[in-house]
Amino acid sequence: MPLNRRHFIGASAAVSASLAAPRVLGQGRPRVVVIGGGSGGATAARYIAKDSDGAIDVTLIEPQRTYYTCYFSNLYIGGFQDYDDLGHSYARLASDYGINVVHDTAVGVDRDAKTVTIASGETFPYDKLVLSPGIDFVDGAVPGWSLADQDAMPHAYKGGTQAALLKAQIEAMPEGGLYAMVAPPNPYRCPPGPYERISMVAHLLTQANPTAKILIVDPKENFSKQALFEEGWQKHYSGMISRIGPDFGGDIVEVNPAEMTVSIDGVVETVDACNVIPAQKAGHIAEIAGVTDGRWAPVEPTAMRSTMDENVHVLGDASQQGDMPKSGFSANSQAKVAAMAIRGELTGSRVFPAKYSNTCWSLIAADDGVKVGANYEPTDEKIASTGSFISQTGEDAALRKQTYEESLGWYAGITADMFG
Amino acid sequence: MRGKRRVAIAGAAALAAAIAAPGPARAADPVGDVDRGAEIWQECSACHQIGAEATDWVGPHLNGLFGRRAAAHDGYAYSDGLARMGADGLVWSFETLDAYIENPLAFASDTRMAYPGLEDPQKRADLLAFLRTYSASPQDIPEAPRTANPTVPGLDPEILAIEGDAEYGAYLSSECTTCHQADGSAQGIPSITQWPEDAFVIAMHAYKRKLRPHPVMQMIAGRLNDEEIAALAAYFATLE
Repeated sequence: MPLNRRHFIGASAAVSASLAAPRVLGQGRPRVVVIGGGSGGATAARYIAKDSDGAIDVTLIEPQRTYYTCYFSNLYIGGFQDYDDLGHSYARLASDYGINVVHDTAVGVDRDAKTVTIASGETFPYDKLVLSPGIDFVDGAVPGWSLADQDAMPHAYKGGTQAALLKAQIEAMPEGGLYAMVAPPNPYRCPPGPYERISMVAHLLTQANPTAKILIVDPKENFSKQALFEEGWQKHYSGMISRIGPDFGGDIVEVNPAEMTVSIDGVVETVDACNVIPAQKAGHIAEIAGVTDGRWAPVEPTAMRSTMDENVHVLGDASQQGDMPKSGFSANSQAKVAAMAIRGELTGSRVFPAKYSNTCWSLIAADDGVKVGANYEPTDEKIASTGSFISQTGEDAALRKQTYEESLGWYAGITADMFG
Repeated sequence: MRGKRRVAIAGAAALAAAIAAPGPARAADPVGDVDRGAEIWQECSACHQIGAEATDWVGPHLNGLFGRRAAAHDGYAYSDGLARMGADGLVWSFETLDAYIENPLAFASDTRMAYPGLEDPQKRADLLAFLRTYSASPQDIPEAPRTANPTVPGLDPEILAIEGDAEYGAYLSSECTTCHQADGSAQGIPSITQWPEDAFVIAMHAYKRKLRPHPVMQMIAGRLNDEEIAALAAYFATLE
């Protein structure tokens, strides 16, 4: 239910009511600045603007004019989605919800002055700051690889052109060539993501280059939905995929992007396409803001408030909150809890107990979808899982097809929930 | 793509053609069986009612469907797409219903009918034969028992009587709208807006008790208490 102009014209009464609310400090409308326009940030901005009916001034700072989702980029690689369909405009957040959308990069946060500075030099004061910067990669996590090598060995683990690059490199592989993935250590964005990607690469190669091989070099003993993926790989892509886990040197890996080689515990493999997904950390602005402890930004579980600053909320992948996986669904869920708490503090609106949830769908092959999910509630220490489910091995084709179709519905749903 | 003679009739031009030209006798069409259609109807009856006491429910009642202008039945909130198609002149006939039921989303992309479609032409013919028996003319609806509403065994009437806190429902709904679209459109995940509150409460309690079989919904409903379910029902019932 977007705000329309009539709501804005009629909003002055709501504004004066909000000024009378006891918790509002300072002059004028209370101000929220949101850094990062992904699943956490766009959702938070939209819900704060929508539910406060114009009583809160919301600024969203996001460098990209079109947001390309990282989720479903694997389906694009597999040929199940068009690249353009993964792109979403911020136009309605500005036009229908009155959000000040600033396409620039946040480069500084002064938590004492409560201001955010963007690359162009302008500063934005805030009463509440929402940080939803996603991930960055840990320097030196994969020896031989740095961000400067992302053209030769793409990570394709942030939405946008990297996925297109990786897909083009896979399509250009010689007949019978070798695709390698260097998988990340925990914790990282989208736990089943690397393995859904393997499935989609296998689907692409099965059609275009069926004698090609896929090698996963993995520092982890186990991975998300492992039984489901391994069953699917056996069924759909038998003989194509091998995985080297830590028992066989999967954790001792080095790459050479110039030579297109991967060294696994000293054994050198020449590869034709290589996807390096390094270890991850909170997006850099969280570190600049001084709300990280180690690689992530710890938050309290009732409303995603930074443990270091009650006026800062950290959402999504960048946060360290407990049991929730780093996913777009989680970030969207966390954003709605945080938005409610922020409105409560700034305008005195009702505050309800936090409820969090997550579901992650993965596509293994055409019409073969699986899912895993859980719900969560705050405890004294963390956000804790209160119940979960996972697709079962051996499910029939009709259920798997329905699960896939459900994932398309979820994509339409969450993107509408983020962008209006 | 299935090699069908009537694949998604999506454009207004195609529809106009279908409406203007009833077409030749459909000799190749399977002959529908009313009794088999009645069995298939059980699935439809989760949302639609038909017969003497049928009323609009999650979906519109389907008495007098044949010959009815699409989305023209007063008192039911149709999707924008179906309403537009009705305004453009779509009339429900064997031909148009057959195409709609085969693939509802291909026919009307924002339909609130969360039904994936019935691929088998014989089954569609059976179902339409069943529906046709309630449509001879508005005056000629056979006296039939009311279609059974799905209810939850032992659901305390007091639970149905709880008055939902719609403002709390608005907050709780944010958990739903990650998947179920707030504007009521359904693409692979059903619409949950504008359900009668009773139907909503019954459905949620059926998930909570694991009588309805979907793991995500069982999990979501599982932690909602009676007041929270009532709050959600109150909120979604009025969401436009």
